[in-house]
Amino acid sequence: MSLEQEFELIRRVPIFSTTDPSMQKLLAFSSDRLTYEEGQLMFSAGDPPDSAYIVMEGEVDITVPTPKGPLLVNTLGRNDVIGEIGIFGDVPRTATAVARTRVEALRISRDVFVNVIRGNPDSAIALVRILADRLAKTTAQLRRMAAGTK
Amino acid sequence: MERSLFGFILRYSKREQLLIVPLVVASMLIYFVTLDLPKAIINEAIQGKRFPEASSAVAFLKVHLTLPAFLGGGSLHLFDGFPLHQLPYLVALTFAFLALIVVNGGLKFQINTMKGWLGERMLRRLRYALFDRILRFPLARFRRVKSAELATMVKDEVEPLGGFVGESLITPLFLAGEALTALFFILFQHVYLGMIALGVVVAQAFIIPRLRRQLLTLAKERQLGARQLAGRIAEVADGAIEVHAHDTSNYERAEISSRLGRIFRIRFEFYQRKFLIKFLNNFLSQVAPFLFYLIGGYLVIQGKLDIGTLVAVIAAYKDLPSPIKELIDWDQQRLDVQIKYTQVVEQFTVDDIVPPEIQAPIASPQLPGAGGVRVSGLTLAGEAGTKLIDSVSFEVGLDQHVAILGSHAAGTGELTQMLGRLIVPSSGRIEVGGMDITNAPEAVTGRAMAYVGPAAYLFPTSVRDNLLYGLRHYPIREASYEGAALGEHEFQLREAERTDSTLLDFNADWTDYRAAGATGPDDMELRILEALKTVELEETIFELGLRSAVDPAHYSGLAENVLRARNAMRTRLAEPSMRGLVEQFDAGKYNRNATLAENLLFGTPIGRKTFDIENLANNAYVRRVLRETGLADDLLKMGHKLAETMVELFSGLPAGHEFFERFSFIKQDDLPEVKAMLGRVADAGLEKIEQADRDMLLALPFKMVPARHRLGLMDEAFEARILQARGTFAKNLPAEMRDGVEFFDVERYNGAASLQDNILFGKVATGQAQASARIGAMLHEVLAELKMRPQVVSIGLSYQVGVGGGRLASADRQKVAIARALLKRPTVLILDQAAAGLDAGSQNRLVANLLETRKGCSVFWALHRSDLAERFGHTLVMERGRLAEQGRFADLKGGGGALHKLLNAG
Repeated sequence: MSLEQEFELIRRVPIFSTTDPSMQKLLAFSSDRLTYEEGQLMFSAGDPPDSAYIVMEGEVDITVPTPKGPLLVNTLGRNDVIGEIGIFGDVPRTATAVARTRVEALRISRDVFVNVIRGNPDSAIALVRILADRLAKTTAQLRRMAAGTK
Repeated sequence: MERSLFGFILRYSKREQLLIVPLVVASMLIYFVTLDLPKAIINEAIQGKRFPEASSAVAFLKVHLTLPAFLGGGSLHLFDGFPLHQLPYLVALTFAFLALIVVNGGLKFQINTMKGWLGERMLRRLRYALFDRILRFPLARFRRVKSAELATMVKDEVEPLGGFVGESLITPLFLAGEALTALFFILFQHVYLGMIALGVVVAQAFIIPRLRRQLLTLAKERQLGARQLAGRIAEVADGAIEVHAHDTSNYERAEISSRLGRIFRIRFEFYQRKFLIKFLNNFLSQVAPFLFYLIGGYLVIQGKLDIGTLVAVIAAYKDLPSPIKELIDWDQQRLDVQIKYTQVVEQFTVDDIVPPEIQAPIASPQLPGAGGVRVSGLTLAGEAGTKLIDSVSFEVGLDQHVAILGSHAAGTGELTQMLGRLIVPSSGRIEVGGMDITNAPEAVTGRAMAYVGPAAYLFPTSVRDNLLYGLRHYPIREASYEGAALGEHEFQLREAERTDSTLLDFNADWTDYRAAGATGPDDMELRILEALKTVELEETIFELGLRSAVDPAHYSGLAENVLRARNAMRTRLAEPSMRGLVEQFDAGKYNRNATLAENLLFGTPIGRKTFDIENLANNAYVRRVLRETGLADDLLKMGHKLAETMVELFSGLPAGHEFFERFSFIKQDDLPEVKAMLGRVADAGLEKIEQADRDMLLALPFKMVPARHRLGLMDEAFEARILQARGTFAKNLPAEMRDGVEFFDVERYNGAASLQDNILFGKVATGQAQASARIGAMLHEVLAELKMRPQVVSIGLSYQVGVGGGRLASADRQKVAIARALLKRPTVLILDQAAAGLDAGSQNRLVANLLETRKGCSVFWALHRSDLAERFGHTLVMERGRLAEQGRFADLKGGGGALHKLLNAG
C-alpha cells in the first residue's frame, strides 16, 4: 500500500497516461485508496457526483434504474475509470455502481480531476474518446432494445 | 438633549462643581501662606530679628486680627499662642511649613480625584444617553446611518469630554483669579505700566480666540472626515465578498487613500494656523517686557518711577503669562469639545425618536386576551409621499393561520412589520384581542408579538443565548451578592443612579421561563428541544454538540455517559462487518490513521501552548525525548525525504494552485526556501546542516498520517521505536508540562477532545469506503440507545454562532430565529419570508411543522411561494399596498381575482 503502486496504476490509465509524471504522482498522492466489500454500493443513481474512481482490483457492476428494475449496462475491472461523466456533466449520477467482488479503488475528487483535465489537452482528448466510445455502446444497446420490443 | 455643552454640564454637574470650589479656595489660601512662611522663617527664626536676647520668647500661633479703620480700628485678640525660644520657634515654624505642604497636597489630591470622578460620571451619562437614543431610533433611521459611525461617536468622539468636564468651570475660575491678582498688583504699583500689561492681555484675549475660529471649522471637518473614514472601513469589511468578486480592491484603495489625503490636507492647514497663532501669542507676551524696559526705563531716568517698582512690575508680569496662556488653552479645549459635543448631539437628534415611555421596563404588563386581530384603515406613507400600505382593513380570529401573498413590492413586508409594530403606521389601528396595540409600549408588543424577517440577526453568543434572547424583557430573578461583590454591586447601583442610567441589574436572570411554558432553566431545555424539532434544527445542533470539546465538570454525568457510549461503540466496532472502520487508540500499537505527533504524545494537546502540533518539534522536552530515544536522526532523514517528495510533487504546479492548501505539508511561499535548503543538504550532507534547517526538517514528519499519505516512509521497526519514545515521553514528563497534554486512556474522559473523538476513542480509518457515514450512523444509534441525545444537543446549544451568526449556515440562522420566536409563545407569530432561503422540501416541512405546533394560535406568514398558502386557513392577497382580496386559498384560486392573477403571472 504505497504511493509508488498507485503511481504505476495511474500511469496505465489512458486518461492520465499522457500527463507528466509529477502530475501523475500528485494525483496518486491527492486521491484516496478505498476498499469495498463484495456487494457494497459505491454510489447510486441520483447521488450528487463528487468523485471519480479508478478500479485497482476487482470488478464493479454498473446498472441503471428502469421501471422494471435495475438494468446491468456494464461491468468494469482493473484500470477502468468509473463515474467521470457525472463530474463533467454537472448532473446527478446516471447509474449505480456496486462492487461485484471485493474492490480496491482509487477515488479522485471532482475538483482534482477537473484540474488535471483542464491543465492537460491530451487527457481531455482521451476523456472525449472514452465518452464517445461509451455513447456508441449505449446507442447500440438502445437500438437492440428497440428491436427487441418491436 | 441639551444643545450646548455648558447647558449639559450645568444641568447635571452644577452641584458637584460647586462642592469643589471651597476646596480650591482653601488650597489657594494655604498656598499663599506657604509663600509667606519662608520669609518669617528666614527673617525671624534664623536671623533672629525678633530675638534680641537669648532669653527672649515669641508667641507662636498667636491669632491677632487688626481691624481696618472703617470698622473702628483697634485689634482683636483671639489666641495668645505659645511662648517659644529661638530654636524651638524655628522648629515650630518649619514643621508648620511641612504641615501646610502636606495639607495642600492632600487638598490637591482631593480636588483632582473629584474632578476626575465628575468628568467620568458626565462621560458615562452622555454615553448612556446616546446609546439610549440609538435604541429609540425609528428603524428607518438605521438605513441612513452607518453602524460604525454610531460606534465611533459613542466611543471615541465623546471621550475628550470626560477630561474637560472636570476642568470646565473650576479651571477658568482658578486661572482667572491668579491672573487678576497679578494684574492688580501691577496696576497698584504703577498705573501706566499696568495699563500696558492690561492692553497686551486684552489684545491676546481678543485677537487669539478670533484667529482660532478658523481652526475650529477645520477641526469640525476633520472630525467628520475621521468619522466617515470609520464608516467606510466598516463598509468595505462588510462588503468584502463583493470587493473580491468584482476586483474592486484597488478602487477601494484609491477611495480610502483620497479620504486620507483630504484628512491630511485638513490637518496640514490646521497645523499651519495653529503654529502661526502660537507665534503671535508668544510675540505679544514678549512685547510687554520690551515696553516696560523702554517706557519704565524712560520714567526711571526722568525720576518719575523708582527702580524697585519697575523690577517688581516686571517680576509680577513674568507670573502673568502662564495663567493667561493656560486660560487661552482652556478656551481652545472648550471650543474643541463644544464642537464635538454639538456634532454628536446633532447626529443623535431625531424628530421621530421613539418616546421613552414606549420602552419603559414593565415587570408584567397587561397582555392582549382572546379574540381576534382587527386591522382597520392601516396606512403607511413612504418617503416620497407615496403610500406603501393603503388603508388595509381585515379581521381574523386569534386561532387562525393567515398567509399573506403578493408579488414583489406589493407591500407584504411593510404589512408584516407593521403587524409586528416594528414600524408605526401613519394612520389606522391594529387591535389584538381587544387591545389597541398601535401605540402600545414595547413591553406589550415585544411579548405578545414575535416577528421573524427574511434575514434575521443572531448575536455573537451561543445558540442557546440566541434562542432565549426573545425572553429577556425584564429581570425575573435578582442576582444574589455577598461580601465584596455586594459592596461592588451597591457602588455600581449608586453610580448608575447618579448618572440616570438604568438600575436594572444585568447579572440578574432575565429569562422569562414562564412565558416559554417552563418553570426554570432545567425544563427550559425541553422547550428549546421542542422548538428545535419544529424547525428541524435538532440534528444540526446534535452534530455541533458531537464536535464540541467540553469540560465534563459543567455537565453532570457526561463523563460516565461518554465512557458508556465508548464501550458500546467498541462492542459494535468489534462486529465482523464493522471491523477496520475505526482504528482505536492502543497504548501498545502505532495508530496508522493518526499523525505521528498524536502517536508520540499518545494524547491530545491541551491549549496551544506546550504541545501544539504546529510547534511540537520546537518543544525542548520533545526534543530531549527524541534525542534520548535516538529518533532525532531518523526523523531528520524522514523530514528530508518528505521535503524532497513535496518539492517533486508540487514544484510543477502554477502559483496559487489549490493543491498547496489541501495536500502539501509545505506552504507554497516556503517552497523556494525548502528547495534552497535541499540544495544545502546535498552540498553539506544531512549531518552538517545548520540549526534552522534542522528545525525545519524535523517539524515536517509530525503531521504525517501513514494510512492517508501512503508515502511509505515508515516501517514497522520505526513504528516500534516511536512506541518506545511514547513510553519515555509519558514517563519523564515534567510536572509543569503535565497540564499540556491529555493522554488517551480508555477509562478516562478526554476533556481536550471533541465528544465524537471521545466516543470513538480512535481514528476513522481511511481507505474504508463510506467509513465516516457508517460510523456516523452508528454513533447516532448508540447515543439514542443510551438516551444521551438530549445531553449532546444541550452541549451543542453552547456552540458560539460567531459574528452575525456567521458560523452557522444561513438556513440554520433563519431556523434559530424562528425557534427563538416560537419559544416566546407569542399571541401573534409573524413571519416575513422567514423560510425563503430554505430549499423547497425543507420549506414544506417547516410550514407543516410550524402550523401544527401553532394549532389554535395566531400565525401571519408572508410567503413568496403561493402554493404554501394552501395550508393556511385564511389568505390575504396584497397588490401594490392594497388588500386586493381575502378568503380561503382554495376559493380565491379559481375566482379570477388577484390571487388568480398572481398565480398565473409567471
